[in-house]
Amino acid sequence: MATAEQQAHTEEHPTPRTYINVAIILTVITIIEVAIVIVEVPSVILVSSLLALSAVKFAFVVGWFMHLKFDARLYQALFLGGLFLAIAVLLALVALFENFTLPGT
Amino acid sequence: MAHDATMGQAEAHYTTTGLDHRKILMWVFLASDCLFFGALISTYMVYRSNVPVGPGPEELFDIPYTSVSAFVLLMSSLTMVLALAALQRGNSRQARLWLLATALQGTVFLGGQFYEFNLFVDQGLTITTSVFGTSFFVLTGFHGTHVAIGVFMLLTLVGASYMGRLKPKHDLTVELVGLYWHFVDIVWIVIFTVVYLIPS
Repeated sequence: MATAEQQAHTEEHPTPRTYINVAIILTVITIIEVAIVIVEVPSVILVSSLLALSAVKFAFVVGWFMHLKFDARLYQALFLGGLFLAIAVLLALVALFENFTLPGT
Repeated sequence: MAHDATMGQAEAHYTTTGLDHRKILMWVFLASDCLFFGALISTYMVYRSNVPVGPGPEELFDIPYTSVSAFVLLMSSLTMVLALAALQRGNSRQARLWLLATALQGTVFLGGQFYEFNLFVDQGLTITTSVFGTSFFVLTGFHGTHVAIGVFMLLTLVGASYMGRLKPKHDLTVELVGLYWHFVDIVWIVIFTVVYLIPS
């Protein structure tokens, strides 16, 4: 019955050295994020860059630190299913209330 | 070692999928928590420009200060994963130190958030001042609650380790706490970008 668990670990888990490298990448991305906010780039570039950089950080933590890249596909399906549903709900709500303002604002 | 430990647990608990139910349950919980935070983040995004009274985000947020907090939480994910790796190598003492370091970083983050909340209240923003204030404090407060629960779980593991009850064969327990902790970190990655960095 260990077959699925064996399949879940077909790829070797990263070494501590890899984790430190991932942490360095995450630190550099955070510095870039703060720098582009301070430098004041055009709004469209700022928002799209920040969202892209944030997505990269998110993927590194989930993939390497949470081992989802190396784990069973069932775990990936369960988590990504919830995540995509949450993103869809977020986009739908923001689109619905795009022009919403309270009286007096 | 990790493989052996995981295999040992898989054999001890027969499951139809061959995967440990506790780990499946944790991933399902984290997926449901994505929806929870998704709802809170979207509420904040809708309301953040609605500031009829009181200070708004531009007047309150201190990006360099929050960046340090975000960095501390990010690095706590590194120490968490190093704790798991140490335990899987059979080094319980080193695992305990990394767990303690993770809990300390979580506590520093919570201290920073407490200080920030006090500062905002002093500047005139409370949970009842405006819908911006309500959505901001509810979102970041719920995240802070998650961090506090994580710190409690980490300290429980540290205590168990001191009493000699955390051995390499318990690596799944540390992995599950680790998954929760990393989730708290990825939620902050999103909050840091959407709430603090992207201007309203």
